[in-house]
Formats: sequence, C-alpha cells, structure tokens
Amino acid sequence: MALNYDQAIAAYDPTLGLEVHVELNTNSKMFCGCATEFGAEPNTQTCPVCLGLPGSLPAVNGKAIESSILIGLALNCSIAPFSRFARKNYFYPDMPKNFQTSQFDEPICVNGYLDVEIETDEGTKVFRIDIERVHMEEDTGKSLHVGGSTGRIHGAEYSLLDYNRAGIPLVEIVTKIIPNTGKYAPLVARAYVTELRDILRSLGVSDVKMEQGSLRCDANVSLAPAGSGQLGTRSETKNVNSLRSVERAVSGEIERQANRLQNGERIVQETRHFLEESGQTRPGRSKEQAEDYRYFPEPDLVPVAPDAAWIEELRATLPEKPSIRRKRLKIEWAVPDKEMASMVNAELLDTVEETVLLGSDPTKARSWWLGEISRLANEKEVAPTSLITPIQVAEVIALIASGELTDKLARQVVEGVINGEGTPQQVIDARGLKVVSDDSALMVAIEAAIASQPETAERIRGGNIPAAGALIGAVMKATGGQADAAKVRELLLKHLGQG
Amino acid sequence: MSAISRDEVAHLSRLARIEMTDSELDHLASELDLILGAVARVQEVAGADVPPTSHPLPLQNVFRPDVVTPSLTAAESLSGAPASAEQRFKVPQILGDAE
Repeated sequence: MALNYDQAIAAYDPTLGLEVHVELNTNSKMFCGCATEFGAEPNTQTCPVCLGLPGSLPAVNGKAIESSILIGLALNCSIAPFSRFARKNYFYPDMPKNFQTSQFDEPICVNGYLDVEIETDEGTKVFRIDIERVHMEEDTGKSLHVGGSTGRIHGAEYSLLDYNRAGIPLVEIVTKIIPNTGKYAPLVARAYVTELRDILRSLGVSDVKMEQGSLRCDANVSLAPAGSGQLGTRSETKNVNSLRSVERAVSGEIERQANRLQNGERIVQETRHFLEESGQTRPGRSKEQAEDYRYFPEPDLVPVAPDAAWIEELRATLPEKPSIRRKRLKIEWAVPDKEMASMVNAELLDTVEETVLLGSDPTKARSWWLGEISRLANEKEVAPTSLITPIQVAEVIALIASGELTDKLARQVVEGVINGEGTPQQVIDARGLKVVSDDSALMVAIEAAIASQPETAERIRGGNIPAAGALIGAVMKATGGQADAAKVRELLLKHLGQG
Repeated sequence: MSAISRDEVAHLSRLARIEMTDSELDHLASELDLILGAVARVQEVAGADVPPTSHPLPLQNVFRPDVVTPSLTAAESLSGAPASAEQRFKVPQILGDAE
C-alpha cells in the first residue's frame, strides 16, 4: 500500500536545500565581449575566450561583479572583502575549456537570509531561509543528444554543442539546510524561489525567466523518521523550470522517498530529473562517489576585493524589497488580499503600478489589466503587457473618467489597440467611437424613444422611475452604444418631469 | 615518505583522461615525487608573512566594461572542430553518466 503525501509527512520529517542558478542580464559574457542574446543562431556568439582556444585570456565583466554584490546585499549577506575565481575541472563537452570558471572556497557573498511568508493552518507564518553563499560562475553550452529514442544522453550516437550560452554570467545562490518545514516544505520551496525571483527582478540584474532557463532551481530533499531530528540521505532534483514545478518536485520527492523508506529500501544519493508531465522524477547521475573537481585558484584572473565604499554605494541603490512594496501598495490602493495575490500571480503588479503612476485610479487600473486585457491575452496565449502599454491603458481610463468614453466604448478602444489599429485616440477617430454628449442629438433620440413607447413614458411621468430603464435602453441602442447612459437618464427624467 | 603515491598518480591520470601503463605510473610517481619535493622546499622559504598567491601580479579588481565586442562567425568558430553538424560542434557519444 503506497503512502500518499499526508501519510508520508506523518511518518517523516523533510529537510530541504535549494540551489538557484541565475543568468545575469549583462550585455556581454562573464569573461569576454560576446553578446548574450537569447535564441541567437547556434555558435554565433562565441570567441576564442569562451571557446577555450589556446592563448586566449579571460577578462572579468565589471557589471557582473556589481550585480553579484547587489544580489548578496539584497539577501542580507556579508560581502567578502577578498574573493577569487577558481577552476572547476571536469570533462564534459558543455564546457570547451574542460573546466568551468567558478568560485570555490572564496565566494563573493556569504551568510545571508530571506524571509518568506506561507499561509498555514494557523494563519500567515514567516519562515526564515538561511543563505549559505552566493557565488559567481559562467553558464555552460547547450547539448543536443542525437540518436537513440529518447533525446537523452543514454543511447545517443553523438551530441551537438552550441556554445552561445557558454560563458554567460551565472550566479548560484545556495541555502543552508532548511529544517522544520513539515508539511509546508513544498510551499516553502516555492515561496522561496518566488520571493528570490521577485527580488532579482526588482534589482534588474536578470530576466528571471524560468521557462527560458535564466532562473533554474535544484531542489535537495531528504527525509528522516518523524521527530528523530536526524538528517537522511538526500536526492537532488535538477533544473526545475517553473514555480509550480518547484512545489511539485519537492512533494513528489517526499512521497517517493517515504515509500522507499517504508519498504525498507535505502535512498540513493543521486541527481534526479523532474518530469513536467507526470510531476515525478527519474534518476540521473549517482553522487555516491564524491566528485573530484580539482578546484584551484584561476591563475588568469586577479582577485576581486570590493572596498567598503563601493559596497555602501551599491547598498544605497537597493530598491524597496518586494515584500515590503506589496504591503505598501496593498494599503495605498486598498486592495483585498485575494486581489493582491491575483495581481502578483499574474505578474501584473509592476504594470498596474505604472498605470496608477500615470494618473489612473488603482481599482480601475487593476480591473482593466486583470479583466478585459488578461482575458484577451489568454485568448491569444501571450502576456497582457505584450498587447498594450500602461500609457495606453491610462489614456483609456482617463477618457472614461472625463466622460468621453463609456465602459462599453472603452472596451472597443482597447480591442482596437490590441488589434494593432494604433493608439487609443487613433482607434477612437478611425472607428468613430465618440460618446454622443451633444444634448440636442440625445434629445432627438429620447423623444423618438418616448414616441415609440408612450405607455412606458406615461408610467415614468406617474413616478415609476425604474421603468426608465426600457427607454434608456432604446436610446442607447439608437445611438449605437455611444451615448453616456447616465447622461441619457438625466435628460430623460428631466424631460418627463422627474428630474 | 613520498609526497605522492602511485595510487594518487593513477587517480590523477584518470581525472585527466590520460591512459597510463603500469610502468609509466611507476616512473611518473617517482618523478612527480621529486618535483613536489622541490616545491615543498620553496614552501619552507615562504614564511607566515608571505600570503599564498594565485597570480604573479599584485593586482586586484581588474574589470572590463560590459560592452559587446564582435564574435567569430559560426563558420570561424567551427573551423577548428574535428566534426560539426547543424552549425554545432559534433562530439562523439558521451560515455558515462555525467550530465
């Protein structure tokens, strides 16, 4: 009888350890001037340095150092006054040099923490995740395994290498072990990666696109009998490529390991690969034999020794923490929790804020972005922000506020902008979407409506105000929806002696 | 007592993917031992006031601006490769389980 998640958690305490790799968004690579553009033709962003050709020498990208220090500061780390690069030696064709330039025992940032909030059965609870280190390295090339049936390395006849990605600055953020999360372990893992992503985005140091691999998470999970206080053998699930997958990978590993332990089997220390479709993991490389990378200080690079003044200068530029910003905006905009969460989950907080800063009412800005625009974006399977800009949305909201557009017309304007018909004003002009606000034009329509429904008009004259709806509807229809309904109502009631 | 054992040399040759015969291992173990012995004498000279260094020049914080410079063309990049396909470097089947 297989244990389900709840049973697994009742019998075992999970311990986590998370390693996150972040590709920095510098223009050029870590040690050479090659471009870092995503999706370029294979091997068009390579040079003698990142191809490891004899005689080439690396030169450190100063912006990458700056970004790494900013990350460390945002994660409450100490910035090492002296740090060095090291060669991590291994034979695998994803690095043409036969080593990866990384950092070993002298990382640039150490001993930080990140607090994450989780909704628990006892209300909101803060979990502090201790950060062991933040170190700099370079990304590896991309392999394509050809032959065999699975596209996997096993059974492949040969492999094809694209080194465009080799040498892109990479920062690895490693937590200390994360104990005592109990059944919330998967949620804590997800919340940590989410918070980290938001921080990195606010720092502007990375695109943090998990689906493109610019943010990748390796999740270490181990189990020990409940209450034993021991540390079990861990597995490491590699390259989990979405926030949801982080949560699923951890819960999946907890279930798998619990079932093995329950059956008296042991956990093998190994790398596992997350399978997106099933939410399960499959075994990869066994790590039972300690790896031997023969690290040694990189002789072609001089040490990095940031002075206190530089660190303080960078610290002064740190943006507001995303968690604090969310709390502030929630109060300023008077947004309910659930709505706030929807905005964050839809990754529209920045966009809504930008729209509000352009003068829009927060509630209106939020409902346009999360409502109509998100709906159209879902239909087209693209991001809302790729369809329309905050400036355009703010313009539409301003036109509604000034009475020049009704909500209904505004939706047509937004639709027009999204269909590429130009700016809101151009769509209004081209489609003739102007609110009919000319009183005399409206009066003609109102009189026509009264003439066609004399009995309704009589009831209104007699004091039955709700009956006005039918006549307002007729006027709106007659004007093709371009009249301001409130204005029509006002004129109609006045005309019938009820104004 | 020798500074490096025959087993350690065998381990290193495995890490470096250099195949060695038994007699080569015997020979190299004693030769490397001599070299290490010489290096050890240099270490004796360096007192506590001499910090270990990884670079001959007393420099630090040498950075380059984050500016893109022209890359090689794909054809140039691949020109030295023993084999290529689909504008990529073609390498033989990757043995072992390393990923």
